[in-house]
Amino acid sequence: MLLIHCPYCEETLPEAEFAHAGQAHIIRPENPSAQTDEEWESFLFIRSNVKGPHYERWRHLHGCGRFFNAVRDTVSDRFLTTYKAGAPRPDLETLTGEVK
Amino acid sequence: MNAPISSFDPFALVETSAAQVRVASPCGRLSLRARGDLAPLNAALGLTLPEKIGQRVSAGNLEAICLGPDEWKLETETGAVAGIEEACAKVYAELPHALVDISAREATFVIEGVRAAELLTLGCPRDIATIEVGTGRRTVFDGATVLIWRDGESSFRMDVWNSFAPHLFALLDTGCRELAAEAA
Repeated sequence: MLLIHCPYCEETLPEAEFAHAGQAHIIRPENPSAQTDEEWESFLFIRSNVKGPHYERWRHLHGCGRFFNAVRDTVSDRFLTTYKAGAPRPDLETLTGEVK
Repeated sequence: MNAPISSFDPFALVETSAAQVRVASPCGRLSLRARGDLAPLNAALGLTLPEKIGQRVSAGNLEAICLGPDEWKLETETGAVAGIEEACAKVYAELPHALVDISAREATFVIEGVRAAELLTLGCPRDIATIEVGTGRRTVFDGATVLIWRDGESSFRMDVWNSFAPHLFALLDTGCRELAAEAA
């Protein structure tokens, strides 16, 4: 079982308490009616399918209930970091640098 | 009025040499959500709401536990709920918040005995030792969200939603017997 660090609870907890919630840092357009169909389609449906470090959202469902962001390596399943929702995207080079 | 109801047998009980599980008598429960400066709510409730997740604070017959960065659960006597709602309503203009009576939502299991902590590991993937005495945590137990209060080294309370109660009690019942059989 994966162990995930919740940035709100500040504890490292079993995966069973968490729910995956898709790709992170997808910003809803401020004025959806001004979007073209293609732009709206890409906001709703088009997601990257990364091999390697992936920015994704998780929710501490059976705990504090908060959504937060994580960087997880989709190959090794290793969590490189987790950070609070709204925090800036961490620099990947510093993260992967730590792994080496 | 949100009076405690339960589809679940309120006299359910299992007691073995390993642990004992019983259903606690009904109490008043409130869910509180608020953010910002909590001083008005603290004054209305007569306690200082804990800010660290899992921490508990009690004053008189009112106990508050912090469940999330902006979420608390209050437990008190059944008769005291209306008074708390009234007191908090008075500070609503000062600090908007959501205070909901959830007394009818849950049942509480009291889990005690020498192997109570071990009994919880049957359904809870979390390390029970990380829940210090005098704190509590919301976590998962056999697939259902539960709130575990640790009152002593081997004394716990578990708040579960009514609809999950028969299922979870069945697991605790089996677990109590299993642990006792192992020891024998």
